[in-house]
Amino acid sequence: MLAYLARRLGQALLVVAGVVVLTFAVMRLVPGDPAVAFAGPKATPEQLAEARARFGLDDPLPVQLLTYARDLVTGDWGTSLRTRQPVRDDLYLAFPASLELVGAALLVAIALGVPLGVLAARHKMRLPDFGVRLGSMLAVSVPVFWLALALQTVFASNLGWFPIAGEYDTSLDTTSPLTLWTNITVVDALITGNWPIFTSTLEHLVLPALVVAAYPTGVIAQMTRAALIEESGQDHARLERALGFGETSILTRFALRPALSPVLSLIALVFAYAIVNGFLVEAVFNWPGLGRYAAESIRSLDTPAIAGVTLLVALVYVLANLVVDVLQGFVDPRTRSR
Amino acid sequence: MTDVQPLRRSLPRIPDRFAAFGAVLLAVVVLAALLAPWLAPYPLDEPRPLERLLPPSGAHWFGTDQVGRDVLTRILYGGRTSLTIAVAVLGVSAAVGVTLGVVAGYAGGWVRDVIMRVTDVFLAFPALLLSLALAVVLQPSVNTVILAIAVTWWPWYTRLAASVAASIATRPYVDAARCLGVPAPLIIVRHVLPNSLTPVLVQLSLDAGGVILTSAALSYLGLGAQEPTAEWGLMVQQGQTLFTTNWWVVTFPGLAILVTAFAFNVLGEGLRNALDPRRAVK
Repeated sequence: MLAYLARRLGQALLVVAGVVVLTFAVMRLVPGDPAVAFAGPKATPEQLAEARARFGLDDPLPVQLLTYARDLVTGDWGTSLRTRQPVRDDLYLAFPASLELVGAALLVAIALGVPLGVLAARHKMRLPDFGVRLGSMLAVSVPVFWLALALQTVFASNLGWFPIAGEYDTSLDTTSPLTLWTNITVVDALITGNWPIFTSTLEHLVLPALVVAAYPTGVIAQMTRAALIEESGQDHARLERALGFGETSILTRFALRPALSPVLSLIALVFAYAIVNGFLVEAVFNWPGLGRYAAESIRSLDTPAIAGVTLLVALVYVLANLVVDVLQGFVDPRTRSR
Repeated sequence: MTDVQPLRRSLPRIPDRFAAFGAVLLAVVVLAALLAPWLAPYPLDEPRPLERLLPPSGAHWFGTDQVGRDVLTRILYGGRTSLTIAVAVLGVSAAVGVTLGVVAGYAGGWVRDVIMRVTDVFLAFPALLLSLALAVVLQPSVNTVILAIAVTWWPWYTRLAASVAASIATRPYVDAARCLGVPAPLIIVRHVLPNSLTPVLVQLSLDAGGVILTSAALSYLGLGAQEPTAEWGLMVQQGQTLFTTNWWVVTFPGLAILVTAFAFNVLGEGLRNALDPRRAVK
């Protein structure tokens, strides 16, 4: 197990190094001079030279890459050209909001997707199965930005059941200010017992979380179904059938646990996808997360900020994969040999 | 002879016609796009300022948009944009990805390790994210979208082709060819490549929906097709502020994206079940 851990960790570090190089390359492709972008169009040649020296733009590219990597490791993710704040501080505010949205969406997706997969496998090739399969294919085919607009128009603008946009009612900041611990609003409100903000956040979370949940729900339902059908054809299922267990209890009591192992590895992949899908949903619901930050950075050609977001999401993806692989190595020793 | 009755009555079985259903749906979408100049009720890009934001009617089935263009016409032409992007992205990614994958799978050893680590790096960037970064760097246009998505899409085919090619490389007919002294490149082209293509074709169908969704999302964010190109994501973006008052401007382009992606997904799912006996339910 230790050798497996070491090898897997080494692999992950290699990928991270590659990610840094690729991000650097993309940043360097940007047309226009970063020094001009920082110092402004009216900067004097002296100010430009100063900005150039400050960002090390006179050094050869490999040196710049090494400096960039060293800065990243020491926690200096550059300064945003737009907010003039360290990118790391900006990300530290934006990322928790995205995490809140995607976390809520994945909870919904697992709570809906797994039972739907069981239902489909239990009645395979019959009406419930076709309903679940068609429904999950619709869920993975729907354009998220369009679904977000549709739900927002119907349930927020027209029916008024849910708030239209935002993370919580900001007028509550004056009546019951929120103490920040994790920067995840819903968690902070819960641990500090701030009920007005807690309920307001939940209300604001419903529509965007449902939209982000659509894709993972469909994928999880399909995967659970396929894994369960495969599992219920195994020898142990025949034994259980011979012992007189019904199909439903074979599926839920015996087949579900081994079947969830591939579903688990899928969740890491879906997680990163959901964060990026969340970008579009954040744009519609004005959610103060990474997506909105990225959209604003893109509009002002804020390269350090865009690189920061790109790097962060890639790191999250690598980390999620690592965690899942290690977990699976514990749960199912056969996967370690790969 | 009588059938054995099941102990408990269960729901009637339905035959699996996903592949056929998907194929028919896709054929409709493709034909609508190909025949757009003949099917479209109005010429493309003919704003009629006096007919702005008309609701759906006999004259304009899907209504008209904010500058008085027929929405149905733009949706039909928009299919050409989306399908062109999908074909170009998948063509480029599959060509690059499968080539690298087949080489990696057949060669094995350090060649495989190097290629696989490179794909790992590219896979760490979700398609939409790297496309965002690239779309900023390059001028937003349909070609940028194609390039940006293809850059993030090829590693999937490398992985798939590598695993298939690795298993084919151990087959007796490949051994036989090697013993006869056939050079490795020729073995790859003549034996490994053709036999690795089936799973790639299934994957292409499953992926086409994803490419269409990603390209529409980029256009929605303003990083893809630009006005006056007829593109579904762009149409949603331009109409989004009118959704509450003029629902048709946003609803129909969105439905067009949904139906197209759905057709590809259903076809892919059906093909996968038809071609992989282990996944098909007897």
